[in-house]
Amino acid sequence: MSTTELDRPDPDLTRRTTPPGRGRGQVSAGAVLRYALLVLSVVIVLVPIYVLVVTSIKDAATISTATAWDLPSKLSAAGWVSAFERLAPSMGRSLILAVVAAALSSMLGAMNGFVFSKWRFPGADIIFTMFLFGMFIPYQAVMIPLQAMLLNLPPGFDGIGKLIIVHTVYGIPICSLIFRNYYATAVPTEIIEAAKVDGAGMIRTFISVILPVSLPGFVVALIWQFTSAWNDFLFALFLTQPTNGPVTYALQELAGGQNPNYAQIFAGVLIASLPTLVVYLVLGRWFIRGLMSGSVK
Amino acid sequence: MRQLKRWGPGLLLVSPSIILVGVFVYGLIGRNIWTSLGRRTDYVTDRVLNPGGYLNYVQLLSDPRYHHALWNLLVLTVVFVAGTMFFGLLWALLLEKGVTAEGVFRSILLLPMAVSFIAAGVVWRWLLSPAQGADQAIGLNQLFLKLGMPGLQSAWWSDPGPFAMAAMAVPAIWQLSGYVMALFLAGFRGISDDQREAARVDGATEWRIYRHILFPQLSPVALSALIIVGHMSMKMFDLIYSIAGSNSYTAEVPATLMWIQLFPQSDPIAAATNATVLLTIVALVVIPYLVHTHRSERGDR
Repeated sequence: MSTTELDRPDPDLTRRTTPPGRGRGQVSAGAVLRYALLVLSVVIVLVPIYVLVVTSIKDAATISTATAWDLPSKLSAAGWVSAFERLAPSMGRSLILAVVAAALSSMLGAMNGFVFSKWRFPGADIIFTMFLFGMFIPYQAVMIPLQAMLLNLPPGFDGIGKLIIVHTVYGIPICSLIFRNYYATAVPTEIIEAAKVDGAGMIRTFISVILPVSLPGFVVALIWQFTSAWNDFLFALFLTQPTNGPVTYALQELAGGQNPNYAQIFAGVLIASLPTLVVYLVLGRWFIRGLMSGSVK
Repeated sequence: MRQLKRWGPGLLLVSPSIILVGVFVYGLIGRNIWTSLGRRTDYVTDRVLNPGGYLNYVQLLSDPRYHHALWNLLVLTVVFVAGTMFFGLLWALLLEKGVTAEGVFRSILLLPMAVSFIAAGVVWRWLLSPAQGADQAIGLNQLFLKLGMPGLQSAWWSDPGPFAMAAMAVPAIWQLSGYVMALFLAGFRGISDDQREAARVDGATEWRIYRHILFPQLSPVALSALIIVGHMSMKMFDLIYSIAGSNSYTAEVPATLMWIQLFPQSDPIAAATNATVLLTIVALVVIPYLVHTHRSERGDR
């Protein structure tokens, strides 16, 4: 991770003007209070992360309840190694799932976003609102018939195959929203009109005018979809087995039951979270944009 | 005909998604409602298990176990929503004027959002261990003892009292406050500095500027945050499953009860009924919000 990436001005969140009060050479009581509250908040937020990291590198033999909050007396990589061995196969499956589902729903989202923002048809607003509703539904309300529907797929679609279908489809609403909002502000309608005047059809316009400027939309949609497919557990539990499911399911199996090896369990939590954490730390700005687009407007 | 030529291709490009969303969202919701109306009797004793039709809903809504789950959901949602709104707004207020190392603070406060509920649940299960006292306490209770604050120890969600679910909101607040912060921060920064300057020139105090100029402009952001966090709470499954286990009555909410009905109890009709009621609750909140957003967007155009 690079702190420079995080410190760089963020087009959405960072203030560009100098904050008032800065440079006067005096520290006000308000500023002290503000920093104190911020540092306290950060410390509290990091408590679970501290527990995870510290426990994961402890030697299993030295772990005891009494010293759970202490720094390790003896370092050991055993927890990480054994957790990785347990989780590696499911990590591979999650990677395939998250990449494929993210690519597919982003592509569909780009097509829909283009139409909803620039090539509208009668009733497009209603269809779009109906799509958005699909983003909010509790998936319990479709789960029972969904299980039945996906039961008779060809053998190759077991496990991850099912989840790819499911995440692609239920990702359509948020991806359409991301691209619609992106095209509405980033692509001037005049460009579309000019392409029409030149005799370009809709597909031509989409491929040669819209797609080349779509990269920012794709980054946001891909990150969002990658993260939600990687982190999903509900669909995994209902539609797959621990042996052919994603890493969240494998982690639940590793941590559940009576496993007393906390070094292994907590290392497993970190390993299973690493891909999304890396995405967040490296591409944080785009990640935040995806978060924002979830708020519909 | 010329009209059709103009917008036909657009409809065509969206049609794969219309079919997929139509089948997977609306088709399956319809199928689930159909399932929820089914009638079933015991093979051996002929006893009626699901009376069929609307009586299935009567059966669910009059079941004390379901009342318990609904109460838990209410406690969870109220504490979760209030907590995330409080911390989200507080952090946004602390950061919005710009502070040194703002990016670092912001990144750490948002970090839990990148972790799955399942992964977070594993560590919070340990942190919220109910054991208390010097010899037995682990997790947060042990930390409170070490910090010399034994009075803060709690049985957390395992407490038999009616408000135990408030403890389950703690990890949820930990995960999503940063998200609400980001929403409010973007809201603050969408307001031009000129408005504050003008008010300052007129002699307004900082409090009055927030109260009368900034907060009113943030109400759409607050509404979005409320809806998003609120509907997440109603759907919450992973975190509770991970912390309390797959079969906990104490921490039961409709979303986890649905799993119990479907698998351990092998009662898909009751599960479908429960899921339909859950969908209705979410829809009552979300549909007015979507219609409102749709209308205000039209107004802008």
